[in-house]
Amino acid sequence: MSKENMKAYWKQNLQYLAMLLSVWFLVSYVFGILLVDQLNVIKLGGFKLGFWFAQQGSMYVFVILIFVYVRLMNKLDKKYGVDE
Amino acid sequence: MGILAWTWILVGATFAIYIGIAIWARAGTSKEFYIAGGGVSPVMNGMATAADWMSAASFISLAGIVSFQGYDGSVYLMGWTGGYVLLALLLAPYLRKFGKFTVPDFIGDRYYSNTARVVAVIAALIVSFTYVAGQMRGVGIVFSRYLEVDINTGVYIGMAIVLFYAVLGGMKGITYTQVAQYCVLIFAFMVPAIFISFQMTGNPIPQLGFGGAGEDGVYLLDKLDGLSRELGFHEYTSGSKSMIDVFAITTALMVGTAGLPHVIVRFFTVPKVKDARISAGWALLFIAILYTTVPAVAVFARIKLVETVSNSKYEELPQWFNNWEKTGLLVFEDKNADGIIQYVADKEVNELTIDQDIMVLANPEIAQLPNWVIALVGAGGLAAALSTAAGLLLVIASSISHDLLKKIIKPDISEKGELLAARLSAFVAVCIAGYFGIHPPGFVAAVVALAFGLAAASFFPAILLGIFDKRMNKEGAVSGMIVGLSLMTFYMAKFKLGWIGEMPDKSEWWFGISPEGFGTVAMLVNFIVSLVVSRLTAEPPQHVQEIVEHIRIPSGAGEATGH
Repeated sequence: MSKENMKAYWKQNLQYLAMLLSVWFLVSYVFGILLVDQLNVIKLGGFKLGFWFAQQGSMYVFVILIFVYVRLMNKLDKKYGVDE
Repeated sequence: MGILAWTWILVGATFAIYIGIAIWARAGTSKEFYIAGGGVSPVMNGMATAADWMSAASFISLAGIVSFQGYDGSVYLMGWTGGYVLLALLLAPYLRKFGKFTVPDFIGDRYYSNTARVVAVIAALIVSFTYVAGQMRGVGIVFSRYLEVDINTGVYIGMAIVLFYAVLGGMKGITYTQVAQYCVLIFAFMVPAIFISFQMTGNPIPQLGFGGAGEDGVYLLDKLDGLSRELGFHEYTSGSKSMIDVFAITTALMVGTAGLPHVIVRFFTVPKVKDARISAGWALLFIAILYTTVPAVAVFARIKLVETVSNSKYEELPQWFNNWEKTGLLVFEDKNADGIIQYVADKEVNELTIDQDIMVLANPEIAQLPNWVIALVGAGGLAAALSTAAGLLLVIASSISHDLLKKIIKPDISEKGELLAARLSAFVAVCIAGYFGIHPPGFVAAVVALAFGLAAASFFPAILLGIFDKRMNKEGAVSGMIVGLSLMTFYMAKFKLGWIGEMPDKSEWWFGISPEGFGTVAMLVNFIVSLVVSRLTAEPPQHVQEIVEHIRIPSGAGEATGH
């Protein structure tokens, strides 16, 4: 792989990471901790929303995030011909 | 059939499976011993990682902790799952591409220094030993409660089993037994949860059930908030810890999870970089099945327990209350001698002491589930404890035989000699772990929770910077690890163990952060020290910079080698 391609590949990878980790931060730290009281005003069935994010929602999103990451990276690998 | 007979049958059957697998999956080479030959499929590796990760504490204690802490317990739920996102995105694929056997391998090679390697070995040993002692104790406790044998006998039986498949099979034996253990533990956890959820809410899915309403039409969480207020506890769905501490503990647990050597090493066992990524996804999915059920079980168990015991006549309580009183997990002291149980937050008036472990252990009995379900919990607890213990023992064994012996002391050791050394160190490690299980030093329980802080303060920054910062050099990484590890150890010794002078009051915590959350601060300090020192010293040699470029590209991972 050429130097430029390697740079472009790595840059795209870092962008994906920034995007996915922002979601990771949002659902756990922001929704589950920082804004928990504000979100608790909203109810989702028997759940207060902030509480639900802290004890359920964040974990569902974590799982989805990893599978999205795998998809994105597999595509990226193909694009740059570094897949196996 | 009685509970005891069922337990013997289930434990006997699962143990027979583990031993059978161990004989089938013997390790023939050091590569099979350290990383199962590098040919584990991603789904299998996901299951093995999940079992490796979920310890006796996850299985037995976590629901109880959440049950008593309510919202505050979220730190464990988010912390111990969110770490896998970091692991999958930031560490696992690159470490797999690097393609060696152990975490100190990476640190030693990336930082071209045996000092870095030795620091990493010491950190791996500290983290793993504190953690494994708790597991062996857990094995003993499950044996004593379910099979009515002495705790120490339980530890011996557990040692014998782990010894058998860890020494014989190494990582290969451990991996396939962990797959079986995952199946046992998840089945054992889910069956009672589904039963109880259906019983209390009419919804068989616990994750939905605990947001539902009971027979009286009141939402369970509202009911629990009400009960908690009535008895003087803080509301279940809101917390009592400060926000900064919740933030810090969650971070320390997440980062610590991503930095635990026995978890990282699991990603060395798959064939390709691609497989390392996806197996982290499977691992978290398998873990999340249990972790999203935990808060549901916590709510069900707490409501059942409070409704059964609060203001009830002691004489009229069901049989299970007496059964668990015998184990000391429930203690009733009739302070005002009225024969009625007062269970309230006020310590002066409260008459009932409840051990958190009872929430999982006694739950099936409280909900009057069939005997085989009750027995299943015992088999599940053992599976959880044994699988984690085995994973940790492997890290200890490989740290000694591979990182110290092969890489530093005697590089010309033969393949056969190294395999023998690995088996011997696994043997010695089991004996030490067993000793701690039988004679638990008082500080073990306190320190296990802090193993995460130690991992966060030492490994995580060194590995992350090793991948993402090409300019990071040995001076930076080594000083960062040493400062991070020492700072964390100091804070722990001072504020958790009280080894330095008088045990200080909570109000003296730095930034209001508890010892459990301090790993976050120590990690940040590690990052800063590493970055500053590395910029003031010479850049790493050319071949190391090439290693960094090499691990950033997934293709050509090839076979992992230790040579």
